[in-house]
Amino acid sequence: MTRQEILSELKTVISPYTTNKEMLAGIDDQTDLIKDLKINSANLVDIIIDAEAKYDIEIDYDSADKMVNVGTCIDVISEKLSEKI
Amino acid sequence: MAENIAGNIILNSSMNNHILNHLPYKSSFRFVDNISLLSENEVRGEYTLKQDSFFYEDHFAGNPVTPGVIITEIMAQIGLVVLGIFLILKETDLNFSDDDENLFPLLTSTDVSFFKMVLPGQKVTVVSKKQYFRFGKLKCYVEMLDSEHEVVAKGMFSGIIKNIELKK
Repeated sequence: MTRQEILSELKTVISPYTTNKEMLAGIDDQTDLIKDLKINSANLVDIIIDAEAKYDIEIDYDSADKMVNVGTCIDVISEKLSEKI
Repeated sequence: MAENIAGNIILNSSMNNHILNHLPYKSSFRFVDNISLLSENEVRGEYTLKQDSFFYEDHFAGNPVTPGVIITEIMAQIGLVVLGIFLILKETDLNFSDDDENLFPLLTSTDVSFFKMVLPGQKVTVVSKKQYFRFGKLKCYVEMLDSEHEVVAKGMFSGIIKNIELKK
């Protein structure tokens, strides 16, 4: 799965937790989940849990800690996906 | 300790109520009288609204009704905070009393629907079922029932327990 594919799926995962739909449509690796998308920091946990369910992966504490912007989210998801194969 | 059918450890009621010593709320803002069931996945507790609670005087003048925000607080204290403290104690094996002065439960989201009024002196029961506890966040589905076992309010609650160094 390419980074571009994960990015577009990530928009669906994040969507319930941000009201800034315009910003969401244009996200890139640098987009910060809290500062740019104004996501409630406790909802990051929900995004991680939703991503785990979507990709059938398990995200541990250290990986979750890295998931602050869109780029690092894609890094963690693709890393966990590659471990699965 | 006894094991119930689901394999959860059910503590006896004096041990349950030991958790109440860890609640940071005092007097007029403490809304838990008793914990009747406490396991890793579920908590049940009771509270009787005091006739002379501070909010009845003005809500509403001459016609006291428990405010929705207080109903929400009762659900959060029993459903989230009691269970959250229990889970953290279990996870850390830490002697809470040495170190709990800077620990504060913070509500991060609620989504509650209200069905019935609660009047002064009424006893309510709160039942909370854990959805998940991960990365320090606890999310629960919480219901409040009156003495006829009818639903007073229900909804999803989430919160975290944070270690805050308050300025002295």
